[in-house]
Amino acid sequence: MNHLDKLESKSIHIIRESYNQFKNLCMLWSIGKDSTVLLCLARKAFFGHVPFPLVHIDTHYKIPEMITYRDNLAREYKLDLIYGENAEALKNKQTFPDKNVNRIECCRLLKTEALRNTLSGEWTRYRMNHDTGKYEVSKDKEAYTGVIVGVRADEEGSRSKERYFSPRDKNNDWDVGDQPPEFWGQYKTDFAPGTHLRIHPLLDWTELDIWEYIRREDVPVVPLYFDDGTGSRYRSLGCYPCTSPVESTAKNFDDIIEELKSGKFANIAERSGREQDKEDGGGLEELRKDGYM
Amino acid sequence: MNNSEQNDLNIVIVGHVDHGKSTVIGRLLADTDSLPLGKLEQIKEMCRRNSKPFEYAFLLDALKDERSQGITIDTARSFFKTEKRRYIIIDAPGHIEFLKNMITGASRAEAALLVIDANEGIQENSRRHGYMLSMLGISQIAVLVNKMDLINYNKKIYNNIVNEYSQFLRKININPMAFIPVSAMRGDNIASKSKNMTWFDGMTVLETLDNFNDAKQPDDLPFRMSVQDVYKFTAANDDRRIIAGTVDSGILRVNDEIIFYPSGKKTTVKSIEEFNAAPKNYISSGYASGFTVTEQIYIKRGELCVKSVETEKIKPFVSTTFKASLFWLGKEPMDLNKIYSLKIGSSKVDVKLKKIIKVINASSLDEIQTNGRNLFVGRDAPGAPQIPVGVADTPFQKGAINRHEVAECILETERPIAFDTADIMPLTSRFVIVDRYEISGGGIITENIGDEYSEIREKVLLRNFKWERGNITPAMRAERFCQKACMLIITGNQDADKKIIAKTLEQDLFNEGRIAYYLGIGNVLYGVDSDIKNIYSNAQRENREEHIRRLSEVANILLETGAILIVTATMLTQDDMDLIKTVLTRESEGDIITYWIGKNIDTDIKADIIISDFEDSDRASLMIKKDLQDRNIIYN
Ligand SMILES: Nc1nc2c(ncn2[C@@H]2O[C@H](COP(=O)(O)OP(=O)(O)OP(=O)(O)O)[C@@H](O)[C@H]2O)c(=O)[nH]1
Ligand SMILES: [Mg+2]
Repeated sequence: MNHLDKLESKSIHIIRESYNQFKNLCMLWSIGKDSTVLLCLARKAFFGHVPFPLVHIDTHYKIPEMITYRDNLAREYKLDLIYGENAEALKNKQTFPDKNVNRIECCRLLKTEALRNTLSGEWTRYRMNHDTGKYEVSKDKEAYTGVIVGVRADEEGSRSKERYFSPRDKNNDWDVGDQPPEFWGQYKTDFAPGTHLRIHPLLDWTELDIWEYIRREDVPVVPLYFDDGTGSRYRSLGCYPCTSPVESTAKNFDDIIEELKSGKFANIAERSGREQDKEDGGGLEELRKDGYM
Repeated sequence: MNNSEQNDLNIVIVGHVDHGKSTVIGRLLADTDSLPLGKLEQIKEMCRRNSKPFEYAFLLDALKDERSQGITIDTARSFFKTEKRRYIIIDAPGHIEFLKNMITGASRAEAALLVIDANEGIQENSRRHGYMLSMLGISQIAVLVNKMDLINYNKKIYNNIVNEYSQFLRKININPMAFIPVSAMRGDNIASKSKNMTWFDGMTVLETLDNFNDAKQPDDLPFRMSVQDVYKFTAANDDRRIIAGTVDSGILRVNDEIIFYPSGKKTTVKSIEEFNAAPKNYISSGYASGFTVTEQIYIKRGELCVKSVETEKIKPFVSTTFKASLFWLGKEPMDLNKIYSLKIGSSKVDVKLKKIIKVINASSLDEIQTNGRNLFVGRDAPGAPQIPVGVADTPFQKGAINRHEVAECILETERPIAFDTADIMPLTSRFVIVDRYEISGGGIITENIGDEYSEIREKVLLRNFKWERGNITPAMRAERFCQKACMLIITGNQDADKKIIAKTLEQDLFNEGRIAYYLGIGNVLYGVDSDIKNIYSNAQRENREEHIRRLSEVANILLETGAILIVTATMLTQDDMDLIKTVLTRESEGDIITYWIGKNIDTDIKADIIISDFEDSDRASLMIKKDLQDRNIIYN
């Protein structure tokens, strides 16, 4: 078994386990390369099907190409796609681009809060109707008890400590000091009412693994990851006010992989293009406990 | 070489608290240029700002609490590569309080580095971690004697540690690949050869890693795959029924005949299924796979799939009772006779600790409890010696397995499970124990004990294996008759007129156009049982058992016809029920329903429904019918 085969099989095993064990399961789809790999792994796990909804948190500051791509792929794959948002904060202009809050607070409102309330079903969920191709208010308000998320251990310190099946309490809190044991392919799938599990099938993958897999499987990713001739591209996707492109002339999978292996990004952290990471020292651990992605 | 074709290896670093595990990794990452640019400077700057001395360990200990207390709380993964392969390095915590995190980390590894502080010498968890590695099945181990700078690189002290620890490892059957004297802080013998220890001519840590063998896929062992799920997605007219799971060991090919345990059903592999990949005609160990089969047999999650031809050599056991080595991590001790869940492969069953053979201190290897004395007796075993209290905040209990202890014991599951023993098939001998919502222990099965029904189960497995069916499946019959085949057992004490109720029920169901059959016990007694007729004396327990076995076999045939079978019996016990269930190992669960007629249950039977208002047989029959509707046994 080569390296990518091992990673793929372990991830599929975890995805299948969650599908079997959780009645109310969903997968978060940020449109980025990691969660799109996750989506492709789900299609492999279920032989071409994706038997649970994909949830996207729309901050309404995403780079527009991301949303177009999201809807196109949803139609092509017939995905059960749901999005949620923090309508209140957007209406009251409680955002960083509106200059009313700082970057970290903006993330908390538009992502963390929106995510928490979309998962619990308290705020409106919009669901794609494949007959009309449009989004409609979803009647389903039940909380998700299992949430599949594409985080990787190599992204940042506290993520390297994550479990594949990671329990969250009623307030979405992550107790990093007392995580459940996990061994021999047996995971925590029993949980008290009111709590839920985050499931992390990509924990063992690195950024390089992701790109090598994308190349091998020809995973459809947003073209923003490639240089369109301007000499820059995105290495990590997010909201446009806080994510800047990096200088790079990588135009295809091979170029990107070369850049990561021995080229200019061989030892520069992936999230270096994300401004909010720089704002506060321990802030990310706090946001993670809150459920920030 | 293309990176994705390169091999990888997961390595765990274990050892006693503060012996320098995180520092070893930090140093290894730094000295091999594996850190993101600026990371080292960023940590150094952070230390300066907080006026703390710089620690390589901070590269791993990312949590606020870890940095402020200077210990590792949870395992961290880090990644680095050499010319030879890719590594995932797993940092484990050394503090006893976080043993569960150490096990989580170590279980992901294929090889281990065990770190011992040269100045402090071998400590409790140096040994306990070694023991846990052997239980987890990790046999490639190198021992690093760290902090050599603190003892002036003294060869003699080093040799003493090597000798003492070698003796310990021998006792637990571990043969280490190497001992290496290092100073993680100064970088001696980590990524480059130390100039301070010219007396040492072995390999550096980095060289030792590359010298470990690749983890081998167990393709040459018999085929084993736990059924994780069975998929039938109807979207886009997909009509495949795919049996999915990850292959534990061996290889399976199209046209191979397979058997599922514990049910004993057999069929043949029709196709290997995969999405977005070139067609394949085999699956092998480690792969998350799926296949279709030729016969429409009902298989569900939890069954263990094996290859028929291989059962002649090594067959999995199917049993409820077995001997195991177990480690306990739960906050509460593991109690005799309390109900836990056991997860093995993809199956999950209720389990209890039936007997503790001995409890071992995993560090000193001392036996904690009475030598050979029977501990069947629960927590107040007479004469059980006082055990030294392990962890301060954990309730300690005699006659139980306490937190962080290791025990040899006998477990009994509520239903039979399929398993192998650790000596030949370690992967399929491993289980975990769940206490309420938490995984609280783990273990390996060392020996099948078998139970009183082992012999009968053998017969049933053979029967299922040889069972031949026409073209009509139970599902087809259920659809045609609008009912699920099931056995209704109407029992109760002598006074209640069970027969009248049973016959009324048969009549009511018949009038509705259903297929129902009342089977009088006497009908079996004087016919099928005529050779062993004198049964109901307790002295002839064997005959009673054989009688119930035969009755169940007759029932099994009738259930195959799709009928609702109604049987009456007086004072049925739970033992009788277990026996009936053993014989009726059938397609779906819940196809035996017991109704107790009478106010109070007088035996130990766990009846599904109590019908206390039984004078009026019409009403009783109606209640049972209502229950059958609720259970979706009859519909329309
Ligand atoms: N002098 C000296 N000190 C060392 C060496 N290696 C580690 N240390 C120190 O020992 C202390 C503990 O090191 P860690 O790496 O945190 O130990 P650990 O084994 O990871 O500890 P836990 O994870 O909490 O069990 C730190 O203060 C290190 O600086 C060494 O080679 N020489
Ligand atoms: Mg440490």
